[in-house]
Amino acid sequence: MRVTFPRMGNSHIPLRALFESAGVEVVLPPPSSRRTVALGARHSPEFACFPLKLNIGNFIEAAESGADTMVMAGGIGPCRFGYYAQVEREILADMGFDLEMVVLEPPCTGWVGLASRIRKITGGCGVTGLLRAARLAWVKCGAVDEIESVSRKARPVERSRGAVTRAMEEALALLDDAGTVTAARKALAAGCEMIWSATGFPVDDPEPIRVGIVGEIFMVLDGFSNMDVERRLGEMGVEVHRFLSMGEWVRSNLLPKSFMPHEAREMVALASPYLNYFVGGHGVESVGGVRVYARLGFDGVVQIMPFTCMPEIVAQSVLKNVSRDHSIPVLTLSLDEHTAEAGLQTRLEAFVDLLKRRRVMKAAGRTEEGVTPL
Amino acid sequence: MSLYLGIDVGSVSTDVALIDPRNGLVAGAYLMTRGQPIRVVQEALDEIAAAATVPHEISGVGTTGSGRHLAAAIVGADAVKNEITAHAVAALARVPDARTVIEIGGQDSKIIILRDGVVVDFAMNSVCAAGTGSFLDRQASRLGIPIEEFGTIALRSKNPVRIAGRCAVFAESDMIHKQQVGHTVEDIVWGLCQALVRNYLNNVGKGKEIRPPVVFQGGVAANAGMKKAFEEALGMEVIVPGEHKLMGAIGAAILAREARPKPATSFKGFDVARQRFVSGGFECSGCSNMCEVTEIRSGDSLVARWGGRCGKWSS
Repeated sequence: MRVTFPRMGNSHIPLRALFESAGVEVVLPPPSSRRTVALGARHSPEFACFPLKLNIGNFIEAAESGADTMVMAGGIGPCRFGYYAQVEREILADMGFDLEMVVLEPPCTGWVGLASRIRKITGGCGVTGLLRAARLAWVKCGAVDEIESVSRKARPVERSRGAVTRAMEEALALLDDAGTVTAARKALAAGCEMIWSATGFPVDDPEPIRVGIVGEIFMVLDGFSNMDVERRLGEMGVEVHRFLSMGEWVRSNLLPKSFMPHEAREMVALASPYLNYFVGGHGVESVGGVRVYARLGFDGVVQIMPFTCMPEIVAQSVLKNVSRDHSIPVLTLSLDEHTAEAGLQTRLEAFVDLLKRRRVMKAAGRTEEGVTPL
Repeated sequence: MSLYLGIDVGSVSTDVALIDPRNGLVAGAYLMTRGQPIRVVQEALDEIAAAATVPHEISGVGTTGSGRHLAAAIVGADAVKNEITAHAVAALARVPDARTVIEIGGQDSKIIILRDGVVVDFAMNSVCAAGTGSFLDRQASRLGIPIEEFGTIALRSKNPVRIAGRCAVFAESDMIHKQQVGHTVEDIVWGLCQALVRNYLNNVGKGKEIRPPVVFQGGVAANAGMKKAFEEALGMEVIVPGEHKLMGAIGAAILAREARPKPATSFKGFDVARQRFVSGGFECSGCSNMCEVTEIRSGDSLVARWGGRCGKWSS
């Protein structure tokens, strides 16, 4: 069995560790590229959202490299994601690929089904082996989140443009090669060191513009799909922050309630005066997230979603009021394969200008008319 | 006298403005880009140099518009800014208490919300360009009307026709249908202005609080029919500044002045109009992204190079 799964940011690092430590052969799809998008868009329904098109492209390219089993997450709720795996299986079957699809439905639909599907993939691996694999994957997952987080802090103060991004790629490659928990921890420490030294030990900007990112998790975590929004903002001198990460998702969705990160709980609670209903995906968290960022004194928030994303469109319409009530600007980016880079760059630059000018105004002790300061 | 130069290279037109330290316009030039941004920037520089009759020195240069990076590489710029910031700054220089800016250019339409002299929100068209200059140009030429007269013809209408305005192509189909059933040209043209304003307010202006004073800039602001349609739809006066065609360039010039170039401006001088620039490009084969990299050369030296996600080609 040669297992593959879709690409989403750097999630392939812990996922590969999980399967390979459990003795399963993994065939990674090549990093998403223009070819991936072209293949995916050609064979997907036009109004499906962008992540589905990329998944299709990834699976086609993985099949070309010899994969025979696709692992895909399932889901329940209003968002269309829960139906992706089924649609993808049918599309690939129609195209004549002989691929088996294993859908991992969320634990809330029943642990027994999930366990039996995991056994199906990891056949010969015992329980202790599985636990060991899960532990390595979990350590690597945390390490990826940490490396990305350090890069977001280091980027605005780098001396030569792109140095931090290059160091981050090296750090991730080191981590990917680590075969044990000890080696992974060493790689993380060395990687963070590399990223900081890549900045050229700059003079610290005491107060960089700070922007929080909320939105649909795939588009937020996948730099290829969001056209490197984090890098672009960082290279404009902005310190970017996000609560969404793989580790956060695992704690919120795969582990018992007591493991749910404090911020995730807070976001749902804070969203309730504006949106007191589960709309699917991270719609509620996007609304609550903007309030959290406003409380933390961030300058602005960028909401990222795939074009036609229902949960985030609901959140977007509510965010107008959140933005007004808390005097925090929100820029919504709805992206897909038709998005032009120039338009995205122009919007980001204009947004950063807006945030900088607001700061000057705040420093002068003026607030906008019609806005109650926090 | 020390002056500041602003260059706005857009899809349809390129405008250049020379301003004094108090933001007053000393000279301006407005040319069609014709898909040849380098050539046009050079022509515009020639025009400005000829128009600026007072003895002066250039103390700063700013570029904006979709060709801002290209123009900056050619002339040497101190400020390279997006069109939204440039238009907001220019609007405030001419109407200090402006609270809404409507800017419609060749292919982009924008709305900028200002409060107390600061941008608080903006939006740009993303899925539709109905109502922008290129589309109006096309309709004018199809109807055999010079674009300069489009607005005045619209104002003569007695009996507007409702044109479907969700999509430019369907708006055109609907116009043709209305012609075939015998409506007059002025009624159709006025109906089109109303449809395009509806489209703008529903797409670009959706959810934005439009408060007066409203300033209307960009090439389309020259169209009296569009101005009147905005005034009727919004129920308030819409101000079109006298220099509406040059506002992007004026904004860029003001931003260059604010940037206070140190130790001196990067401007290469008006002689760049004589220089020969050659643009070329290649597809990078370093990875599966197959990025299209473009470069500008002058003689043996590389002036600028961009494109490519990884940054290895950025000069």
